[in-house]
Amino acid sequence: SFLNMEHNICRSALQYFMIIYPSIFIYGHRASGKSHVMHVLLKELELPHATVSCVECVSVALLFEQVLLSFFGCDAASLLPRSPSLSDFVRIYRQQCSQSPAKQTRYIVMEKAELLRDTDANLLPALLRLQELDNVTIILLSEIVWDKFRPNTGCFEPLLLHFPDYSKGELQQILSQDRHPSYTAEFYSSYINILLGVFYSVCRDLRELRHLAALNFSKFCEPLAEGKVKETDTHKLWRNIEPHLKKAMQTVYLREVSSLQWEQMQQMEEKESGALRGLSAHTHVELPYYSKFLLIAAYLASYNPARTDKRFFLKVDRFNFTPKNLLNHLLGPKPFPLDRLLAIFYSVVDNRVAPTASIFSQISSLVTLQLLTQVSHDDQLDAPKYKCAVSMDFICAISRTVNFDIVKYLYDFL
Amino acid sequence: MSKRKLTDAHLPVGECITQVQEILRERLCCQKLPDRPEGVEAQHKHLLELLKRTAVHGESNSVLIVGPRGAGKTMLLKCVLRDLLEDKEVQKNLLQVHLNGLLQTDDRIALKEITRQLHLENAVGDKVFGSFAENLAFLLEALKKGDRSSSRPVLFVLDEFDLFAHHKNQTLLYNLFDVSQSAQAPIAVVGITCRLDVLELLEKRVKSRFSHRQIHLLSSLTFPQYLERVRTQLSLPDDFPDGKFAEDWNASVKTLCEDKSVEDVLQRHFNSSKDARSMHMLLMFCLSRVSVSRPAIKPADLLEASRLCFADAKANMLHGLSILELCLIIAMKHLNDVYEGEPFNLQMVHNEFKKFLQRKSNSMYNFDQPVIMKAFEHLQQLELIRPVDSSSAKIQREYQLMRLMIDHSQIMEALQKYPQCPTDVKQWAMSAFG
Repeated sequence: SFLNMEHNICRSALQYFMIIYPSIFIYGHRASGKSHVMHVLLKELELPHATVSCVECVSVALLFEQVLLSFFGCDAASLLPRSPSLSDFVRIYRQQCSQSPAKQTRYIVMEKAELLRDTDANLLPALLRLQELDNVTIILLSEIVWDKFRPNTGCFEPLLLHFPDYSKGELQQILSQDRHPSYTAEFYSSYINILLGVFYSVCRDLRELRHLAALNFSKFCEPLAEGKVKETDTHKLWRNIEPHLKKAMQTVYLREVSSLQWEQMQQMEEKESGALRGLSAHTHVELPYYSKFLLIAAYLASYNPARTDKRFFLKVDRFNFTPKNLLNHLLGPKPFPLDRLLAIFYSVVDNRVAPTASIFSQISSLVTLQLLTQVSHDDQLDAPKYKCAVSMDFICAISRTVNFDIVKYLYDFL
Repeated sequence: MSKRKLTDAHLPVGECITQVQEILRERLCCQKLPDRPEGVEAQHKHLLELLKRTAVHGESNSVLIVGPRGAGKTMLLKCVLRDLLEDKEVQKNLLQVHLNGLLQTDDRIALKEITRQLHLENAVGDKVFGSFAENLAFLLEALKKGDRSSSRPVLFVLDEFDLFAHHKNQTLLYNLFDVSQSAQAPIAVVGITCRLDVLELLEKRVKSRFSHRQIHLLSSLTFPQYLERVRTQLSLPDDFPDGKFAEDWNASVKTLCEDKSVEDVLQRHFNSSKDARSMHMLLMFCLSRVSVSRPAIKPADLLEASRLCFADAKANMLHGLSILELCLIIAMKHLNDVYEGEPFNLQMVHNEFKKFLQRKSNSMYNFDQPVIMKAFEHLQQLELIRPVDSSSAKIQREYQLMRLMIDHSQIMEALQKYPQCPTDVKQWAMSAFG
């Protein structure tokens, strides 16, 4: 069942052009219904088709096999030689067509067609002309526009059809269809309304929204199950769920935690839950004392220009002003040689520390943890260069644990 | 349907419409060869002459058909072949080999294909035996043995000829042209290509063996001729079963072509491309709107079809972005304006966005850096922004320099159509200095 008029227009246009034009290119955002409409149409009209997902077909042989299999069965597919060229495919296809001629047009539907650009240069233009062989139509589905597909010397231009995206109202309608049988439709609608209110300005992908809706519904119903509120107390329900959804945006939406962890966390008591352990290494790494100072020194070396080192590290006090422009912070970390790192390190560490092997090995550990990046080549042993790969928030947190005011020492914050 | 000239036969409207759709579709999608290709009579005559000399008189020849995409090169060749094969003698004697540069990407594959199509003795069914050198020797032997009187003429058609010039040493081309120059079996080599500079691609020794004969299909239509062509393409033939309907239809097509707004639209199309294929695409879109309830083409149909043809795909995609992603694009536009197109990274875009948020009273869009990063990555997946260089190994994601692949005007156009765009976002986009 199609929900909106625009989809129906697309569907009838598709139905009209499918029969005549050799190749059609359908583009639109993901989860805008392209594959869905395509398959429903092919099934309803009972047209012979082969669906190929270009993600699965890492080599062209798989693509050819899939097409021959869908149209002519596994005997035809087995006729392909070991690493078939397009010429082999066309030859076998022609043979099979003459043996079992088509009463109607055959259709080859290729999903994620943007990956065809990365295969051989001749594949895409040849596929667009496949109708010259036999009565077959190619339909390409993609979220990238056709302008980025066109080969250098041009090709047979396919018909371009745009699948429009869903509006907020339509998303509401579609998401409301997943309602839980034990609750009323209005109740679920109000939940979807709240969910869209939080997520719509960030994400309009139907699949993501459905996933989020499914994950958080039990939390939404919690006060209802505990008997604290009634179904119609939308304000109380909103107050309960809104902070939870905001948290979801920072964790599950970003895939910082897995959906399983999220569900488990919801089941635990609030007191016991504690902090969600995120997936990235930065949230739960505990460094030794000198490593922290090495990291701080590396950050300073990356974000301060080298000529300003003198004013910071000769033990003179400075005031702390708000940054006028964060130029160095916008451009990213700069590489620095090992000597500079050690010079700053000795300046910021308060007690005297000897340059033993343990200090240098801590530098290597920081590189392994990907908190520092090695910029120079592996074979340059005498002058290695590094870059600091951590964010401002992280280094401020680290500095706080060793009571070091890093902001005083940053050039951008003078 | 049998061809009856009964002008007083009446069919129901539905039947008429179906017939119209069928006839026009066949014509516009080039599924049927026209009886006489329009506008290329001289080229048709030239090519037919040339191929007749090979097929009937046993003279070897080579020619290149050159023209932009959609000019009708393959169609011309097919018409000429059809006319050539009307002669019974030719039909009996002429051997044809059709190769395509897109399929035969290698001389080895091409040679196997030639052997298969000519049914030479070293091909049994589908399998071709022997190595490349053996196949080549066998083919040349077979061609050398003949002479004008005793052997059958062979026609080699090389589609996408410029791709054959990229094969190693241009062996196939060299040998084919060599045979066409020497007094061996009569062959005709016809190359079809869209590159005007195709001769530059040939090596010196190959070029010297080529006859330098080129047939150009460069459209020299004037606008009145283009209009006339549109009218004839949409008109129904005389043998349409319902004579009255055909008359009405052709009259409506005539008035359509005289309409001023239609003329403007067609002028726009003519200015961007004169070739037949894009004209046919436009007419196809018009035809798709014809149905029983609307049995004629109106000017509005043509305007709508033109709008579809000229629709900006990227602006369409911008329509489906979330508000956050749209704000990021506007921030990038401002960065482009201030820094004159220098590449930017996520930190800079976020900074620019924060400047906008500071001016607004509510902090509705105050998202964390990771959420902004995800939106940025989505834009990268849609290829609306592209990294400046592909070496992303040593640079963190948020500092990777990118360029915006959308134009200023495309952004403004998309903003006009964006559903429920907040006014402050629109104002921010239109302000001069971010």
